[in-house]
Amino acid sequence: MSRRTSPVIPGFGLTLGYTLVYLSLLVLIPLGAMFVHAAQLTWDQFWAIISSPRVLAALKLSFGTAFLAAIINGVIGTLLAWVLVRYTFPGRKIIEAMIDLPFALPTAVAGIALTALYAPNGLIGQFATSLGFKIAYTPLGITLALTFVTLPFVVRTLQPVLADIPREVEEAAACLGAKPLQVARHVLLPALLPAWLTGFALAFARGVGEYGSVIFIAGNMPMKTEILPLLIMVQLDQYNYVGATAIGVLMLVVSFILLLLINLLQRRISRS
Amino acid sequence: MSLRRFALAALASSLIAGPVAAAQTLLNVSYDPTRELYTEFNAAFNKHWQAQGNEALTIQQSHGGSGKQARAVIDGLRADVVTLALAGDIDELYKLGKLIPENWQERLPDASTPYTSTIVFLVRKDNPKGLKDWDDLVKPGVEVITPNPKTSGGARWNFLAAWAYAQQKYGSEAEAKAFTEKLYKNVPVLDTGARGSTITFVNNGIGDVLLAWENEAFLALKEEGGENFEIVAPSLSILAEPPVSVVDQNVDKKGTRKVAEAYLNYLYSEEGQRIAAKHFYRPRNQAVAAEFAKQFPQLKLVTIDADFDGWKTAQPKFFNDGGVFDQIYQAQ
Repeated sequence: MSRRTSPVIPGFGLTLGYTLVYLSLLVLIPLGAMFVHAAQLTWDQFWAIISSPRVLAALKLSFGTAFLAAIINGVIGTLLAWVLVRYTFPGRKIIEAMIDLPFALPTAVAGIALTALYAPNGLIGQFATSLGFKIAYTPLGITLALTFVTLPFVVRTLQPVLADIPREVEEAAACLGAKPLQVARHVLLPALLPAWLTGFALAFARGVGEYGSVIFIAGNMPMKTEILPLLIMVQLDQYNYVGATAIGVLMLVVSFILLLLINLLQRRISRS
Repeated sequence: MSLRRFALAALASSLIAGPVAAAQTLLNVSYDPTRELYTEFNAAFNKHWQAQGNEALTIQQSHGGSGKQARAVIDGLRADVVTLALAGDIDELYKLGKLIPENWQERLPDASTPYTSTIVFLVRKDNPKGLKDWDDLVKPGVEVITPNPKTSGGARWNFLAAWAYAQQKYGSEAEAKAFTEKLYKNVPVLDTGARGSTITFVNNGIGDVLLAWENEAFLALKEEGGENFEIVAPSLSILAEPPVSVVDQNVDKKGTRKVAEAYLNYLYSEEGQRIAAKHFYRPRNQAVAAEFAKQFPQLKLVTIDADFDGWKTAQPKFFNDGGVFDQIYQAQ
């Protein structure tokens, strides 16, 4: 009896202890220290900081552009994953390798390169200029940078799941009389959605906190193109550590709530 | 917290080591545009130091935004000397870290500022918009590139130079505020640091004029593509004073006080002054200044202490939360 219930990995206590220490050192203690630091503020002071018009404008911008970028990657990333899993074509390996490049590249390099291309007189930006709109130095430019940085998430989370759905399943559905759209709706979508949501959440979370690439393309105009992480830097440059942690706490709480919601949604979907 | 760590890691990776295999090391934590200056000065000082019968030194230099560098030292970077963009940043070493005495600025000549600079205009070749003075920058249709004074030391000098000009010309603080408001309406991009603004103006081709440190502007002219730009000196600007200090707590712990003090003193020597001038900083030494007089445009310069009552007054009044700069953007 006892043999069958003992876990595969021996030393449950050891592994759990290791996990807790590891998580504490890397995640809990730094984040906890931030809350402790912010606790030096009274509630009124804290509220005054996080409800100031500039912080609210930046909050909307940061979360809005990150959301938009995650959506874009949700669509394009699904297409990319599909193409990479379902088709073999010359150069596939190269494209496969290119997907991860946005992770390897220092984000500042990405930001500078994108700005040079999409600035009003850049190689691509000049076409936008002649059509009467701007890309760099607008929320559009921020979304662009975030889309670039978070590209790999949806692709990489969908790929293994897609590869695990045998083609036969689709064929079987078709044999039973399902139209292509019905196959997509009733066979593929339910299987893919949980993984898709994971990729979406990762991309979104990464986008909210991104600093290096955005800072070059944003233009950083107060109330218009100022992202939350920049406001944290501004506070630090005034040696106002407490003010910086207050904004940090705000970001953390909002991100946590959103990620929690996504998680709950995911659980409901995979259960049904 | 994690940002602070990140900053430290970034700093650590930007350290440039001098020649190896020496017993004593000295770490100079400086701001962005002094990179070339200190590379040359360190070699010169090392030679001088050995000529006096000492062992060879390893001098390390670290560069970054002035405020970020000050924070790194407060947070524990073991700098022997700091050479930053403005006194306000070094003041914080006393206020937040008690790493230096309050009167640090009285310990060396010229308020501990061995070299100075000023703020000038960098414009495109042949000055197509005919920008001669500050008044031209507030005209409609002129695009001005300057970093955000909240995150950049150099940008604070830019702001104060414009303010000083308007106040002298139009007489009142209200007029000066209206003037700077108009000026910042013409700014399409607020980069976080001086280097970012230079990239925006020079590489991305945005804007008609870059407000720049004089030494940075000269450096831009010397670099590839420099023939596409010109320097314009306004009628009035500000004397930008980047001061230096020994970090007492660190040198006492490391036993490097003697060499650290010798290092800073050597900045005032004739050779140190000449190296500064060579890198387009204005030397304090009269003889060296006369030697390089032709290099620098003549212009009227206000100072932070005489005209703004020092950084201790100017920083909260203009740049802290709710200060004049914030009001400009809240009004819009």
